[in-house]
Amino acid sequence: MSAPSQFEFFVDPNRCIGCQSCVAACSECDTHRGHSMIHLEYVDRPISVQTVPVICMHCDSPTCAEVCPADAIKRTEDGVVQTARKPRCIACNNCVLACPFGVPKMKTEFQLMMKCDMCYDRTSVGSKPMCASVCPSGALHYGTREEVELLRPNSQPVNTFQFGAQTITTKVNMMVPRNKGIQHIDVTAAMNEDAVNPAGMMENLYED
Amino acid sequence: MNDTKKPSPLGRDSGLSPQSSVLTTPDGRPYHDQPQWRNDFPIDWPQDELVARRDFTKFLVLTSLAFVVGQAWIFVENVRRKRRAVPPVRKIARLADVPVGAAVTFAYPEPHDDCLLVRIAEDRFVAYGQKCTHLSCAVTPRLAENCLFCPCHHGVFDLATGVPTAGPPRRPLPRVVLEIRDGTIYAKGVEVRT
Repeated sequence: MSAPSQFEFFVDPNRCIGCQSCVAACSECDTHRGHSMIHLEYVDRPISVQTVPVICMHCDSPTCAEVCPADAIKRTEDGVVQTARKPRCIACNNCVLACPFGVPKMKTEFQLMMKCDMCYDRTSVGSKPMCASVCPSGALHYGTREEVELLRPNSQPVNTFQFGAQTITTKVNMMVPRNKGIQHIDVTAAMNEDAVNPAGMMENLYED
Repeated sequence: MNDTKKPSPLGRDSGLSPQSSVLTTPDGRPYHDQPQWRNDFPIDWPQDELVARRDFTKFLVLTSLAFVVGQAWIFVENVRRKRRAVPPVRKIARLADVPVGAAVTFAYPEPHDDCLLVRIAEDRFVAYGQKCTHLSCAVTPRLAENCLFCPCHHGVFDLATGVPTAGPPRRPLPRVVLEIRDGTIYAKGVEVRT
């Protein structure tokens, strides 16, 4: 059983209203009940209440699996990177530190890394992931590419990201403005407060 | 996105289904240019669960070969042990040099085989290999408690027989066969017991 290939995940951070529905829905899932695998992050809390939902991007060459010393993180044939295998995971936190998107979570009470697996129990039988099925503003959308083109005429999906010298291609798409060129932010430099003007960063977000 | 499926990076002879073609490597080089460990520890689930018939046969043959070699080695060792020359008779000490209750160390039959001679009574001598049968620490005599004591893991051997009485050791100490002739103590053999 594998997730149907015509359906894709589209994350549109611009539309996120920070309602926490996805977080609540995620912790309803039977495979990890009570533990939300989605992160709802503030972009820059002192400046804005803008939030961003962070789900696993399911990289083509998953860094978390690359750094796993226990060979515990596996990807199924539909390109979905799964939670660490319980018999193998040694709870070493390598994946947590290595993931460029900051997705894996170490559940110390289970001695296991748990992460978003695109609701594999649901998507593998053709249902939408929990978060995408509840998102009221469409920030999380699971559907076909044609569907999203109709729904978001001013946005385009991007699935290539640059982290320093590492280029990452992902299964999950991020929606960005269509008419603007795709810009890659130097994440390491952006983390250094002197290097960026925080207000300027937010202005870019609000323009469209 | 999957309508633009890449060709299988593993090639035709990998025996893998074409669905597992999502695999890309961090440096972007084709899969057959990657080091062997990437093939041994694949990230993708289907490859991870794949056991090729050839690999399984190789494992089976090598494992049974190792068993055969092991059996042959045991046989050869048995033959060698039987053919080994009778250990030489070697002088340990003069009777007058060992008072009752004293212990003397000596090496027998090889220079590294430390042994312990204890005179437990006027006319009773015992000698054992000094290596504890647990993890080869040197045992020390405790005449007051009538035992040989291993300080490493608190193993205790009976002084009169060399049989373990407490602690981790399970086998008795090898006994050195003694002979007393003309007021001199000689070692004339080692009796390995199980």
